[in-house]
Amino acid sequence: MTVTDNKGAVVKASAALPAPADLVTFTIDGVEMAVPKGTLVIRAAEQVGIQIPRFCDHPLLEPAGACRQCLVDVAVPDRDGNVRPMPKPQASCTLEASPGMVVKTQHTSPVADKAQHGIMEMLLINHPLDCPVCDKGGECPLQNQAMSNGRATSRFIDVKRTFPKPISISTEILLDRERCILCQRCTRFSKQIAGDAFIDLQKRGAQQQIGRFDPVILGFADSSIDRWDDTADAGSVGSDTPSGFAEPDESGLPFASYFSGNTVQICPVGALTGAAYRFRSRPFDLVSTPSVSEHDSSGSAIRVDHRRGTVMRRLAGDDPAVNEEWITDKDRFAFTWQSAPDRLTTPMIRERGEGGFRGELRPASWMEALDAAAAGLRAAQAGDRRTAGGVGVLPGGRLTIEDSYAYAKFARVALGTNDVDYRSRDHSAEEEAFLASTVAGSGIGVTFADLERAAVVLLVGIEAEEEAGVVFLRLRKGALAHGLQAYSIAPFATRGLARIGAGGGTLLRAAPGTEAEVLDAIGSEEDLAHVRLALEGAGAGRAVIVVGERLAAVPGGYSAALRLAQRTGARLAWIPRRAGERGAVEMGALASLLPGGRPVADAAARVDLAAAWGTDPLPQAPGRDTAAILAALSAGDLRAVVVGGVELADLPDPDAARVALEMADFVVSLEVRSSDVTAHADVVFPVAPPAEKAGAFWNWEGRVRPFGQALESVAMADHRVLDAIADVMGTQLGLGTLDGVRSEIEQLGTWDGARVGAPDVSAHEPPSPVPGQAVLAGWRMLLDCGRAQDGEVFLAGTAKRPVARMSAGTARTLSLATDGDLVSVTTTQGAITLPLVITDMPDHVVWLPLNSPGSQVHRTLGVGPGAIVEVSRPDAAAGHTTSANADGKDA
Amino acid sequence: MTDQQTTAEATPAPTVLAPVLSAFWDAERSWTMETYLATGGYEGLRAALAQAPGDVVQTVKDSGLRGRGGAGFPTGMKWGFLPAPDGGPRYLVVNADESEPGTCKDIPLMLATPQVLIEGVVITSYAIGCNHAFIYVRGEVLHVYRRLLKAVEEAYAAGYLGKNIQGSGFDLDVTVHAGAGAYICGEETALLDSLEGLRGQPRLKPPFPAVAGLYARPTVVNNVESVASVPAIVARGAKWFTSMGTERSAGHGLFSLSGHVTRPGQYEAPLGITLRELLDMAGGVRGGRELKFWTPGGSSTPIFTAAHLDVPLDYESVAKAGSMLGTRALQIFDETTSVVRAVTRWTEFYAHESCGKCTPCREGTYWLKQILRRIEQGQGTQTDIDTLLDTCDNILGRAFCALGDGATSCITSAIQYFRAEFEAGMHTPASELFPPERSALFDYTPTSRAVLAGSGAGGH
Repeated sequence: MTVTDNKGAVVKASAALPAPADLVTFTIDGVEMAVPKGTLVIRAAEQVGIQIPRFCDHPLLEPAGACRQCLVDVAVPDRDGNVRPMPKPQASCTLEASPGMVVKTQHTSPVADKAQHGIMEMLLINHPLDCPVCDKGGECPLQNQAMSNGRATSRFIDVKRTFPKPISISTEILLDRERCILCQRCTRFSKQIAGDAFIDLQKRGAQQQIGRFDPVILGFADSSIDRWDDTADAGSVGSDTPSGFAEPDESGLPFASYFSGNTVQICPVGALTGAAYRFRSRPFDLVSTPSVSEHDSSGSAIRVDHRRGTVMRRLAGDDPAVNEEWITDKDRFAFTWQSAPDRLTTPMIRERGEGGFRGELRPASWMEALDAAAAGLRAAQAGDRRTAGGVGVLPGGRLTIEDSYAYAKFARVALGTNDVDYRSRDHSAEEEAFLASTVAGSGIGVTFADLERAAVVLLVGIEAEEEAGVVFLRLRKGALAHGLQAYSIAPFATRGLARIGAGGGTLLRAAPGTEAEVLDAIGSEEDLAHVRLALEGAGAGRAVIVVGERLAAVPGGYSAALRLAQRTGARLAWIPRRAGERGAVEMGALASLLPGGRPVADAAARVDLAAAWGTDPLPQAPGRDTAAILAALSAGDLRAVVVGGVELADLPDPDAARVALEMADFVVSLEVRSSDVTAHADVVFPVAPPAEKAGAFWNWEGRVRPFGQALESVAMADHRVLDAIADVMGTQLGLGTLDGVRSEIEQLGTWDGARVGAPDVSAHEPPSPVPGQAVLAGWRMLLDCGRAQDGEVFLAGTAKRPVARMSAGTARTLSLATDGDLVSVTTTQGAITLPLVITDMPDHVVWLPLNSPGSQVHRTLGVGPGAIVEVSRPDAAAGHTTSANADGKDA
Repeated sequence: MTDQQTTAEATPAPTVLAPVLSAFWDAERSWTMETYLATGGYEGLRAALAQAPGDVVQTVKDSGLRGRGGAGFPTGMKWGFLPAPDGGPRYLVVNADESEPGTCKDIPLMLATPQVLIEGVVITSYAIGCNHAFIYVRGEVLHVYRRLLKAVEEAYAAGYLGKNIQGSGFDLDVTVHAGAGAYICGEETALLDSLEGLRGQPRLKPPFPAVAGLYARPTVVNNVESVASVPAIVARGAKWFTSMGTERSAGHGLFSLSGHVTRPGQYEAPLGITLRELLDMAGGVRGGRELKFWTPGGSSTPIFTAAHLDVPLDYESVAKAGSMLGTRALQIFDETTSVVRAVTRWTEFYAHESCGKCTPCREGTYWLKQILRRIEQGQGTQTDIDTLLDTCDNILGRAFCALGDGATSCITSAIQYFRAEFEAGMHTPASELFPPERSALFDYTPTSRAVLAGSGAGGH
């Protein structure tokens, strides 16, 4: 694996070559080759270009030997060294190469060839000849290999096995059982990779089939159960209304997996299909563009398949260094947001009436809008009799490197300010110092491979499965392969943590706000001594502390993580949620940071950058962060703001943000789709979504993940729009082309001077709730109300049910005893009412999903995790709305 | 015992029965501990506990005892494959999932004298260092399951199981587990998965059970009859055992005669006896009819015909004659039987019992069954026999486990010996050529016990 870092230097990944002693020499089709001990014959054959047909074999799954398609003729030396043929053909997917082995594939052995033809014929006797209507037709391993390794005609003249079709495994995954060849790739993926054994083999012989728990199919149906009726399922597939939440199984867990789409991709026939893509297109009509997922900070490789300007589906790309061959369902299915009906297509301008009252937005030409934006920003910069003036910049955390860079440069050069902060979430000055000192300019640090190889991983402020799905898969892989021990500082042990390893990860129970205390206590307190010993004893580079962005809400959190890393020698990795976070840090979309990790406070860095940019001295006044920018807008200290992809509901206090935008004299919005910023904007510029532009994300590892433009489009990337605004303002930014931006970034390189000092904030006293109150905990679920999942009803159907969690003790104080009882969580702003799930967690803590249907915490409650909230039974919570669906604040 | 490889011209010394396991099946309440002890039970265990475990293994190795479950792998050698003790548990699992069509030796054995199996389990466990043994019984035979449970209870009460067995310091617990009705769970790795509560399908080997078997620990899986043969070997010595049978197929074994034979039942004899000798003892083919074909070791072994009456029934001779000794389940079919019909029933069995894991067995048996049904109905096509043979060839040796191989044996051997009957299936239904009522054992459904008794349910 060769990767290119941001400076363009070629870095060889440290794939250590095995020592020659571990090599096994054997012969395949007359070719002598040496492979590492333990290599399967089918893998070795690939290395010399010999294709052995296969179905059940998958390089990332454990061998099964079930389909028998890869049979080869094998001879091995006996004790005296005489090479003797084995009596039967061997499955090359389960056979390890051994010294002196002689393998003959179908190319050189009539026995192997006949065996393969025989298997193929048998696979086809029960397979329908519906290739012309099958989604897989044209990209089907069965179809392809039946042509290359099968008989031209079938001798089968009898009756094929049939099934009613299809079974809806979830709202998103459909199964046509008669197409299934029972290779078990899907069940093995579910068990081994995802740890969600939501489907399994059922029955036996020719009636063997894949399925979920279904009383009718399994033959112990209660006749009153008609929910599972096949025709009913098939009917709901045609309509676009299978939304709602996953059906619970007998244990109350939803029959859903965040990784279920991978089973569709690895299915070697058309048995598993995705509801969203089923019957929509033919593979040979699609144009494929390699790309990178915009949904999290992992930078997963994907493939965008599109037809006549419409994205039809997305598949996992194959990148062994990053996501291997797996992506989350969100990465795969959530792409319709990019072409949603509320896409902005033309610039818009809002006229202000008497006294600054806002009129209606009206479409405008680009020139008019650019003129208006430039004029408005120039005016706001100047100040008036009330204020000194000034413009803030809120780029948002989902941008490409190029766009983040453009915002950073636009703020410094065109607006002459450091008031720029990409963080549209909980944030703190401590976090900014952490990012500037530890993350920015640090290059590739901990990698996916490092995580997998690690002996100990301590997770804090991050719920891996929900907030970084591919990271979760890697942790699970490492845990299953070599016993990686995961610790999680969290209020309760999630199902995700329980699946990191056969015995699950270890919970270090912490109420929200006490994470810093727990981090500090590792090493000093007796009952956490095992964690310190584990971190210290892990060996060089094999202990990793993973911090998530939620730690920003915990005073002292990042500092404590740094202190712990220093004490134990563990490596530190920052894994935020959003795709653009790391890039924004690197590109200087932060108040205290210039591109390349240059500190604003460092005069040398400013001079260096001004020289590179060929501009006047850069502003040296410390900038404001997101909260301060919003406060300054409300207070009139700032007059205007340029907003990128920011959802007000993501901010710690959406109401205050809304007020700030209302108070602002001038708001410029660059957005893909109409948002609640649009409602306050004076000038709106439409920008391109990822499918319609080229760019690059900088994933959490520090790896640059470039992607190409999938769809032809007239939509412009943010950097082009900013360049044009600056141009009208009279400033040449030179950001008009992608190549220009990239070469500029490359020339700047990384700052090699002094860094911002690391934060050292001590842990705060956690809040102490009185009876009737609780400390709020929560995080965002992978599938929730996020706007990037809009329009994908099938995906929405597999989201987890929103519930509130409390300890049994806390529930008892509210006279709540049973799972499913409703509980209300209330602040002065509003209330959220959800079914309760009693969970083993600290007392006086209530957990809510932050942005799920009926539980939009920031918007409804106006507070975030760590805050004190009132908890009550809904009948006792008079005076507040109790509807679980309505937006509580407005009711 | 004399050499069994005698020709028809020489005067063969008549082989006599050698009842060891079945010696006391006719004793009063033979299944009780009391009877078992009265007939010399647990002598073998006393002898074994007086020796070092390694000596017991050596004795069994020396006896040449080969697995009685069908494959004939030397039992002592199987025990020897266990890795050196590492302090963790090691298991003995007794395969009592007797489900093969025609095979009916373990079930009568466990019904008549369950204590001999338990004694064998204790000795074997002592020899291999196991403190928890499992007996996996076919779930359909509830009466045997109950009897085993009772026998284990008796053995605990008598101090032959539990802590400090007979003051030796050796501890052993036995768990009797009933299967849920799947032929595949007689395959040792599928059995282990089933025992662990998983879906009963064969495991990928290696690792073999000796290295990572039950709960991924070293495990010996032995057939009931193999384990039950151990006490006598230990009590009487390897020499006694090798005095029976042939050089490479030593000892005694249960021969289960069933079908068109005058006195069906269990005939325990030295290996190497011939069907001719067994038939003589069993009163010949029923009603003086002609022997048409027979299975030497259950339906998974290629069939034999009357030409094979003098094949010594030991592993080597049967293999040389083109079949397998298997479980010594001798199903006798007279000339009234349609071989097509018999083979079709067997194939339906395999199609029904295929676990579905691998393609050739799952799809192949599904296909074979349909072709054979057509031939049986006289609706075969010109190419059907070739297709049958070629499909069998595509299954044999290509399947994941031996079940697929076994499903083909009866078809290929039946076509080899009776091709004309399959050809007749292209135009004439088997029921016309061989009216089924003629091969039925009874003229009518018996309604009284007297009729049943008269038809001969006897043994030796």
